[in-house]
Amino acid sequence: MSERVAVRKTYKLFIGGKFPRSESGRSYLVQDANVSLASRKDARDAVVAARAAVKGWAGATAYNRGQILYRVAEILEGRREQFVALGVPADEVDAAIDRWVWYAGWADKLTQVYGGANPVAGPYFNLSSPEPTGVVGVVAPEQPALLGLVSVIAPAIVTGNTVVVAASPAAPLAAVTLAEVLATSDLPGGVVNILTGRLTETAPTLASHMDVNAIDLTGVTDAELAADLEIKAAENLKRVLRPAPADHDWTTDPGITRMTTLLETKTVWHPKGV
Amino acid sequence: MIFEYAPAPESRSVVDLKPSYGLFVDGEFVDPTDGGSFKSINPASEEVLAEVAEAGAGDVDRAVRAARRAYEQVWGPMPGRDRAKYLFRIARIIQERSRELAVLESLDNGKPIRESRDVDLPLVAAHFFYYAGWADKLPHAGFGPDPQPIGVAAQVIPWNFPLLMLAWKIAPALAAGNTVVLKPAETTPLTALLFAEICQQADLPAGVVNIVTGAGDTGRALVEHADVDKVAFTGSTEVGRAIARSIAGTRKKLTLELGGKAANIVFDDAPVDQAVEGIVNGIFFNQGHVCCAGSRLLIQENVAEQVLESLKRRMAQLRVGDPLDKNTDIGAINSAAQLARIRELSDAGSAEGAERWSPACELPERGFWFAPTIFTGVTQAHRIAREEIFGPVLSVLTFRTPAEAVEKANNTPYGLSAGIWTDKGSRILWMADRLRAGVVWANTFNKFDPTSPFGGYKESGYGREGGRHGLEGYLNV
Amino acid sequence: MTATATSARSDLSELGRSETALRTFLHGLPGVDQVGAEQRAAQLGTRSIKTTAKAQAIDLAIRMVDLTTLEGADTPGKVRALAAKALRPDPADPSCPHVGAVCVYPAMVPYVAEVLRGSAVHLASVATSFPSGQAPLEIKLADVRAAVEAGADEIDMVINRGAFLAGRYQEVYDEIVATRSACGDAHLKVILETGELATYDNVRRASWLAMLAGGDFIKTSTGKVPVAATLPVTLVMLEAVRDFRAATGRQVGVKPAGGIKTTKDAIKYLVMVNETAGADWLDPDWFRFGASSLLNDLLMQRTKLTTGVYAGPDYFTLD
Repeated sequence: MSERVAVRKTYKLFIGGKFPRSESGRSYLVQDANVSLASRKDARDAVVAARAAVKGWAGATAYNRGQILYRVAEILEGRREQFVALGVPADEVDAAIDRWVWYAGWADKLTQVYGGANPVAGPYFNLSSPEPTGVVGVVAPEQPALLGLVSVIAPAIVTGNTVVVAASPAAPLAAVTLAEVLATSDLPGGVVNILTGRLTETAPTLASHMDVNAIDLTGVTDAELAADLEIKAAENLKRVLRPAPADHDWTTDPGITRMTTLLETKTVWHPKGV
Repeated sequence: MIFEYAPAPESRSVVDLKPSYGLFVDGEFVDPTDGGSFKSINPASEEVLAEVAEAGAGDVDRAVRAARRAYEQVWGPMPGRDRAKYLFRIARIIQERSRELAVLESLDNGKPIRESRDVDLPLVAAHFFYYAGWADKLPHAGFGPDPQPIGVAAQVIPWNFPLLMLAWKIAPALAAGNTVVLKPAETTPLTALLFAEICQQADLPAGVVNIVTGAGDTGRALVEHADVDKVAFTGSTEVGRAIARSIAGTRKKLTLELGGKAANIVFDDAPVDQAVEGIVNGIFFNQGHVCCAGSRLLIQENVAEQVLESLKRRMAQLRVGDPLDKNTDIGAINSAAQLARIRELSDAGSAEGAERWSPACELPERGFWFAPTIFTGVTQAHRIAREEIFGPVLSVLTFRTPAEAVEKANNTPYGLSAGIWTDKGSRILWMADRLRAGVVWANTFNKFDPTSPFGGYKESGYGREGGRHGLEGYLNV
Repeated sequence: MTATATSARSDLSELGRSETALRTFLHGLPGVDQVGAEQRAAQLGTRSIKTTAKAQAIDLAIRMVDLTTLEGADTPGKVRALAAKALRPDPADPSCPHVGAVCVYPAMVPYVAEVLRGSAVHLASVATSFPSGQAPLEIKLADVRAAVEAGADEIDMVINRGAFLAGRYQEVYDEIVATRSACGDAHLKVILETGELATYDNVRRASWLAMLAGGDFIKTSTGKVPVAATLPVTLVMLEAVRDFRAATGRQVGVKPAGGIKTTKDAIKYLVMVNETAGADWLDPDWFRFGASSLLNDLLMQRTKLTTGVYAGPDYFTLD
């Protein structure tokens, strides 16, 4: 009996909820697969998609965002084996699933933890609440391919931001596969956009783009590139998360700084009178 | 009957100015080693108030080293409750010397004594009181069980609220356990130097607070100093951008409080008399030298004429003149350079076709003055609707619907503050949700409090000053 | 907002013909934010009025005083003495101006009239069953007519606060119109009793109602309830008369009454008049203080300015 000939997957970009090839028509061979080699134009398109998604995503209720992030965990749980087959260790997949669950729960709690009433010295109601900063450009860590990726995407989007992620160039398959999870998880198109390819092409575009509000340099390992990206980010005063140390342990409690760095605090005053 | 208010000048004898001031480094006033000196003048009369040292790179280095030493040996290891007591002590001395500080602030800055007395100084003292109380409660601030200071903070502040900006910078930094080197603006260094004397009077350990005076070069040397751990800057977006670039690739933590072009939005159901007061306070408070000034007035078109009529009538009551006169509402423009910028942008407003109006008002001959001014017929495309003027100049635009008001208000690279005037509660909350600004004043404007976080979205900077949030920029989180 | 600051003169005389029209108009007036109004009043209170400005303000304030006694114990002797003081507040200084008016109960009007006859000092009387206003309309109108016949040329009436708070604006309006008519040539001051109206929104509405109905003055208080005149209430009323003149062309006066005891207080009010309604109201025809002890403090401060030394209460008459 002859063996069944497998149907191979084409690994494409994830932009605006769709899976386009790079507009440049380029791909590169990595992890035994042809993966789209995103261009600067792809990065710009992804920013446009991310911007378009901000209003709906930031405007969704925190409860709704929490539900959707939990849904991502559910779908990921069902696709566990798929990631294992890509070479992601099983315990890393488990940790990634658990991280989605952890962040899902933050959706409707961070405002209470990070905001609050301020007792001003006068007859005023005064309330500070966090709000998403907008579009975040993210350079995902090279390793761990799945847990690292989830650990930078989830804290950015749980509060209502949308992201354009430059996936690990050396291990992009987990990222593209995660995109398939996201695409089937009720997450609105454009909230997460994933680019595969060279950081030197995508990251500077994101860092210098004037319609990007923040940049997360976590996965940048080249100090010179990191500094250059930070300089570019200064042009419109993007909020910056600096590169993670090489020995960063992704399995520990992430804390809330990743979330809060990508938030704005808005303080509203109103007089109290009759 | 014409009721003429006779001059009611505050006495300046309460201020005892020295002819010259050195740098405040390691607890003492010292002469600069590689710098020079400059003169600080009274912008209302152009009279020289004092000669002030200009710190060179070597002086800055000396100050940073003093701050490092104090951080490692004294202030860092000191229990929070003791840091708190020093800050409380400073707060009390500020209260006791507030008249002196207020007069000096008005002399050096040009702001009306009514404002330095009733707004700046009470807020300065309150800020030190507020953060003093945090010094021994940091584990409860929500930044983990044992939050640590960052180290040496380089702080550069503007000339519009010299002492208040100093308080916003120094109080949280010290409460969190950092030591500081602060550079006041070159046109308004004097109250910072008086504050240095207050540190001495409070027996604050040497090196915890260092004041280096000077201009841009001094600031650059400070911000770029390799042994600085934290940079805090309040000033123009242009300089903020340069600082963000200069610290790229370093470990320095940065907070920036930059420019603004706030929309003050008046709906047809606004409490109109209070709205007019809010408009006036929004743009003419402190001569409009306010980063969060309500410099774009957005009026609902169906009441634009009436609101403008009320506004003009109210503006005719504004008293422009001697900052030390207790009845002055609008004082002097801080410097010749700032006056030139205000004039340039106002001329551009006229040239671009906006209609200019000022009440009849006599301006003093000497000093730097600009009459309160409004421009009507302004569109989003005008320079005066986009660029920060930082003066008593209001651009008036109209809108038809709440959605259009939001769209116009947000149509700027800045995002520091916004105002909403309406009697409808649900509309306030709907608007507040959509305005991309760090502070939203509804049915009020230009209110500040040490417990209330302040800071911007977008190119107005990042980080918050004030409140629990204000600690975050000075803790290792 | 439609009612304020419009340069086009409007005919608002039709409003009083229907409860609905009155209600729609009054409820359409712009709201008053309490905190903002009180801050504005406080800010104006920080004006520093010194030397020549203070002298000018003191003399003006004396001319604006409605020298008042409204006690059950008032007697002909008491009110005659008060009237004499109104004519010559400082017997030692002939340059001291006389006050604006003497204000007494209707029964005391004849005795005051004897003293004031031929002078420029006005004679005001609180009629309409002052201070509660809780009497049948006919009795209140009779009260007014009696006072006018006895020589009062100014009538201070109280509005029916119960009717106002219950929203029966027509009733309040009609009563003011009827009182206005009973006054004949006498001026009508309408007391809003702002301490019972509770909100500045109500003060603004009641001010407009009183002006629409023909009041010549609007007055804060009877002095018989715990909260009398305050700076922010007067601010709201000054805004109302300013806007009413802009809308109709008719100027209405303002009289804060009760609780104004010191020169410092009085000057704060004058600053507020100056910077809110404007110089046109800085005249005893358009602004009055309902007060009694205020006059002696004004006289003491006046003497201080002219002699340079502080006087004591023993140097001024008690009446």
